[in-house]
Amino acid sequence: MAMTDLPLATGVLSIGDLAGNRRRRGRERRVRRFFVAAALTSLVISALIVGSLAVEAGRFVLSVDLSALWTTGWFPREGFFDVKTLITATLIVTAVAMLVAGPIGFATAVYLSEYAGARTRRLLKPVLETLAGVPSVVLGFFALTWISPHIVQWIEPAAPLSNLASAGLGVAILTIPLVASVSEDAMSSVPRSLREAASGLGARRMTTSLRVVVPAAVSGLVAAAILATSRAIGETMVVLIAGGADQAQFTASPFQPSLTMTAAMASLAGGSDAVVGQGNAYQSLFFVGLMLFLITFGLNVAANRIVRRVRQKY
Amino acid sequence: MAVARVLDAGMADRVKVSLTGARDGRGFLFRTLLQLALLLTVVILAALLVQVLTLGWETLATRLGDFLTAESRSRAHEAGVFQGLRGTLWIGVITTLVAFPLGVSAAVYLEEYAPRNRMTAFIELNIRNLAGVPSVVYGILAYTIFVTLLRPVTGGKTALSGALAVAVLVLPVVIITSAEAIRAVPDSLREAGFGVGATRWEVIRSHVLPYAAPGILTGTLLSLGRALGEAAPLILVGAVAGSVGYSGGLLDPGQLREQFTAMPIVIATWSTNARPGFDQITAAAIVVLLVVVLMANAAAIGLRNRFEKKR
Amino acid sequence: MTVDLDSAVVAKGAVAPPAPLPVLTANDLQVYYGDFQAVRNVHLAIPRNEIVAMIGPSGCGKSTVLRCFNRMNELIDGCRVTGHVCYHGVDLYDPRVDAVEVRRRIGMVFQKPNPFPKSVYENVVFGPRIAGVARAEFDGIVESSLRKAALWDEVKDRLKASALGLSGGQQQRLCIARAIASNPDVLLMDEPCSALDPIATGRIEDLMHELKADYTIVIVTHNMQQAARVSDRTAFFTVEVSSDSDRRTGVLVEYDDTEKIFSNPSDSRTENYVTGRFG
Ligand SMILES: Nc1ncnc2c1ncn2[C@@H]1O[C@H](COP(=O)(O)OP(=O)(O)OP(=O)(O)O)[C@@H](O)[C@H]1O
Ligand SMILES: [Mg+2]
Repeated sequence: MAMTDLPLATGVLSIGDLAGNRRRRGRERRVRRFFVAAALTSLVISALIVGSLAVEAGRFVLSVDLSALWTTGWFPREGFFDVKTLITATLIVTAVAMLVAGPIGFATAVYLSEYAGARTRRLLKPVLETLAGVPSVVLGFFALTWISPHIVQWIEPAAPLSNLASAGLGVAILTIPLVASVSEDAMSSVPRSLREAASGLGARRMTTSLRVVVPAAVSGLVAAAILATSRAIGETMVVLIAGGADQAQFTASPFQPSLTMTAAMASLAGGSDAVVGQGNAYQSLFFVGLMLFLITFGLNVAANRIVRRVRQKY
Repeated sequence: MAVARVLDAGMADRVKVSLTGARDGRGFLFRTLLQLALLLTVVILAALLVQVLTLGWETLATRLGDFLTAESRSRAHEAGVFQGLRGTLWIGVITTLVAFPLGVSAAVYLEEYAPRNRMTAFIELNIRNLAGVPSVVYGILAYTIFVTLLRPVTGGKTALSGALAVAVLVLPVVIITSAEAIRAVPDSLREAGFGVGATRWEVIRSHVLPYAAPGILTGTLLSLGRALGEAAPLILVGAVAGSVGYSGGLLDPGQLREQFTAMPIVIATWSTNARPGFDQITAAAIVVLLVVVLMANAAAIGLRNRFEKKR
Repeated sequence: MTVDLDSAVVAKGAVAPPAPLPVLTANDLQVYYGDFQAVRNVHLAIPRNEIVAMIGPSGCGKSTVLRCFNRMNELIDGCRVTGHVCYHGVDLYDPRVDAVEVRRRIGMVFQKPNPFPKSVYENVVFGPRIAGVARAEFDGIVESSLRKAALWDEVKDRLKASALGLSGGQQQRLCIARAIASNPDVLLMDEPCSALDPIATGRIEDLMHELKADYTIVIVTHNMQQAARVSDRTAFFTVEVSSDSDRRTGVLVEYDDTEKIFSNPSDSRTENYVTGRFG
């Protein structure tokens, strides 16, 4: 219809003129392929984690006598796989860690986001980041040689040097920076206008923080707590060193030594060269690994979903 | 409107009262509590450093050279960290060579090439979730794949297997931090490049990567710090707790195909050794490890602060 | 039914007056973002060495159409173009055509000045460098491009200084110089002055008059006086809201000599817009 009315452009160029440089296009394709391959490799590695865990863990469940999963302790070489020992110890360590790291990390975040000036923040953030960078073996040593004699045995003089409470406090120190930084992110993304509206009404700093900023950032704070919990559950070295890894007896007391899931894996693998071929003992490693993976991955999924929702909101 | 309110004299008085804080006892208490929490964090870090330094001081002051070059022995005053340093060095090298190119490239793909669809979002989310999986779990993966399946390549329980375990462990973190740095590159910069007839790779190489480089480098250095301090995956891969049979030099790449140990493993082993003198050499070994790890961290933080100020 | 009627109206209004050889033509152009049709049935011919202005209310698809002329739309996920855009008679969307080559020949200047965070010199030579021009020619290209962009005298002593240190107006002229350096014959400008003060705007407008001798220019602007001052022809777009759904689609209402558009438009919607009674 209308096309006929339009003066058509007369061909001064041909398609060949616009075909571009062949060499450049070839290079473009090769570069792209390289990046695709890199991304795929990363993906495959991730998929292998799940795969390698699931296969051996499945074998373990099929071959083990199920009554061995509920006994008095975790002695894989003797065929005792008491899951509740590991889970109770893990829960105790995680609970101690979160009870300490939660309030401290959270308070730190409130201070940094609502009170501290730019200069204080610049001074304090590196402290937190340094703390976050301390390797966990170092905290294991600190928990065993300082926290246990000076804090835990001061509270409960009957406690042996290795105990779950010291390990929990060591893990707490590791997770404080994580709680603080995720919570601070959540609180700083609360729009300034909300704070200004509150102080415009004459609200004090504390009221603004607790009544306006915290409720607005609450899902981010929940995410921080979940991520830290996941981190605490997965921490290995602190518990292995300070929690008494050679004691695999069931206990519900934080002042006794016991084995967490992570420590059980490390001590089984590190204990002897002969793990392979020991049948069930070897496979129990994968079984515990799979449990750990599912728990922490599930927690991360929940936390990241919350974080993403918060991002969309503002 | 806000201005009109402040001009109202009564309001101004009330605001002044709350600003001076003279009558705001609870607010003062709250603030003090927050400061205490913060102080506690600083005190913990200080206590840790003081404890380690006082315990380790004697060893470092009297026989530093010997301590760095001696092998692991059963008597504390003769033991050294040489084998641990050698293992940690090679773990750092392989992590740098494997995880960083792979991670940064994967991030470039996700941010610059992958279509913005649900599949990509799903992949990105799962990489984020994987970053939180405990390091000990990565150890099992490494055991299955590098020690067992790829034994002909890695040689079994060798430094190469350990290094690859750590590389896989930090890979998600490298991807996430690099992707964040790349995402922060303004689109106007890409448009400018495309607008003058650059191909995608030319835009990435000349504009996106240079702009994102400080961020990528910061994330990479932080991951390196983490990689050097990891012990759990190495235990699973079969790092040796005592003395290693292999006797190559520090820079001898033969280590990669041999039995190995690493600084964090040395520390973990010594720290549970109750014999006299072991607390002291453990602390000394920690100082050595902290110097290395915290240097990587400090470099990362310094780099970021410099570029944040610039932009 | 309604669609037919509309396109007939558009077709009648869109016929360009007899003109010298067009450099760019759009025939029956439709653009979609995913399922959403952003622009419908655009017919447009852009003659050589003229300045064509595109005006219309926000969201009517001016930028979208402009970006079809050098295939910048491809960089947006989900964007789809149908119809024909011809450049000197070659269909730009032919699979054999390389978008990179198209963008070299049809340069673009953006709303916000976006120099690379590099030196003035590096900004200008980036295009020639990737196109494989010999290094020996760089100095000459830098000087001639900056002269054409009326920036040479202001920056000749600080070619190695960062481009981010220039003023907004200087940055925008640098972006024009950068586009010119790739030796294009068309310049697409998307609201090039909207981030600039009146004096800098005046300089860019003067510059466009000078550039007209060598280049064909398409400019999107919200400033009616600017369109009237600089352009030879003006295309007026508007948004049509479909009656059954709430979809807003951009359409080309009228395309004619600038003088006619501003003094005696044939469509009442154009008249309402240029006299300020709408939008
Ligand atoms: N990347 C995109 N994805 C989805 N929709 C888009 C995108 N870019 C533009 N649109 C939509 O297409 C329509 C036309 O947008 P366009 O930017 O071309 O308008 P415009 O006329 O340039 O407006 P303005 O004058 O505000 O610049 C709008 O409805 C807009 O919402
Ligand atoms: Mg626009």
